[in-house]
Amino acid sequence: MKIIEVNNISFGYSNMPIFSEVDFTINKGDFVAIIGANGSGKSTLLKLVLGELVPSTGQIRLFNEDVQHFKEWSKIGYVPQKGLSSHSNFPATAEEIVMANLFSQIGLLRFPKKEHREKAHTALKQVGMQEYAKELIGNLSGGQLQRVMLARVMVNEPDIMILDEPTTGLDAETIKGLYQWLNKINKEAGLTILMVTHDITNVHQHVSRILCLEEGSLIELNKEQIHHELSHKHKHPKNNKAERIDKNGDI
Amino acid sequence: MAIFEYTFMQRAFIVGILLAIIIPCIGIIVVLKRLSMIGDALSHNSLAGVAAGLVMGINPIVGAMISSIIAALAIEYIRKKIPRYSEMSIAIIMSAGVGLAGILSGFIDNSANFNSFLFGSIVAISDFELYLVIVISLCVMLSFIFLFKELFFISLDERSARLAGIPVKSINFIFTILTAITVSVAARTVGALIVSSLMVVPVACAMQFAKSYKHTVLYSVFFAVLFTIAGLFLSYYASLKPGGTIVLIGVVTLLGILFEKKVIRWAGGRVISKNT
Repeated sequence: MKIIEVNNISFGYSNMPIFSEVDFTINKGDFVAIIGANGSGKSTLLKLVLGELVPSTGQIRLFNEDVQHFKEWSKIGYVPQKGLSSHSNFPATAEEIVMANLFSQIGLLRFPKKEHREKAHTALKQVGMQEYAKELIGNLSGGQLQRVMLARVMVNEPDIMILDEPTTGLDAETIKGLYQWLNKINKEAGLTILMVTHDITNVHQHVSRILCLEEGSLIELNKEQIHHELSHKHKHPKNNKAERIDKNGDI
Repeated sequence: MAIFEYTFMQRAFIVGILLAIIIPCIGIIVVLKRLSMIGDALSHNSLAGVAAGLVMGINPIVGAMISSIIAALAIEYIRKKIPRYSEMSIAIIMSAGVGLAGILSGFIDNSANFNSFLFGSIVAISDFELYLVIVISLCVMLSFIFLFKELFFISLDERSARLAGIPVKSINFIFTILTAITVSVAARTVGALIVSSLMVVPVACAMQFAKSYKHTVLYSVFFAVLFTIAGLFLSYYASLKPGGTIVLIGVVTLLGILFEKKVIRWAGGRVISKNT
């Protein structure tokens, strides 16, 4: 089943092209990373996928529906780039943050019930944060805030989780734990995951596919190319694009 | 008590307490959205509406409401147009409001009436104004209660709120209108020049103690009601202007809380260093 289909899209800001002819598909159960250097347009690509920007050409489909007409946003769990770290002074508890995402289940102008509170606690338990449910988010560490964000997404039981640079500002141990957790829910619960990162060193061991974005084009790397990329981290894959197409006919 | 023998003081307490309940409800969202100065911009624009109302012979509060609503919508429009410098929208609209109020005030015959809106006149509330405050307070309270979780999510993270299915644009629009209306009626009581303090100071006090978002809302309302009651008593017995007294009590309380917290932290640090 196709969850995200990006068909030949191009996009630019004020006559400055960012991408051209970008094409990829995310299928159910995939764990995909989009890598690229800072400023390569990874976050812009996510904004297009989330319908916040409209491509100049091409089409984006979510669950077989054009993104501009897509309504079932609760199927998509989105973890923004800075997560909760930019809101650390916000006077709210971890439980309140997680419960906020149950809007589609509670409904407009309605009040949360006991079952919603229980769902929030289950989601916090899933990420090992149940004992911090009543703690103000300002008292939590960066890694704990990240786990609250994951619980906020998981509480809605989404079909796909989209993460924008989830490892920014986290220490090596927390990053390792995060990837292990993502791997586990991808394998055990079958949750589709799409993440944007520049951290190829850690991500390649966990994901099923890696897409590389740079200089306006997107290419899928095979295992050989990933190892090549790891050993020549400063060399852009696009430089070897011709070679990759020879080796990897489907690109 | 002698103070309650006067009808104007009874009205002052009713209006003051109602406003002390609704202003922090608006204030907490404004503070968390990092738009603390919006109250200032709207109240200055309400002055333009007051002046226009007095010049054209219509109720100045109605004039204030219309101009505040236009100003609030203009701020939202400019914010969306220049998101990177969204705080600029507040400065632009505030300047426009002050300029317009300044020009229009030159055409008012009775300047005492206009001046009463600068620092408020909670003890000179008419029947119409009393009913207006009651109706507006009920509207704001019900909207805040029923949109509690939606407003919370929008002020935390607008993009995720939209993805969760919340009609962000519609709720932002409703909230903008409620803010404008609240500011214009509050301008009559505490005064246009200090209304934004009443929007921010109780929330700032509450944030020093609260252990959750719900607590912050409840504590903010508690502090605002406390400042209003204390301010009205003090102003009555010491013959002071009520609006300014209410706000100053709030500011002094906030400074006291901050000072006490600093002393406690300092003392705690000394105890720890002694033990180690």
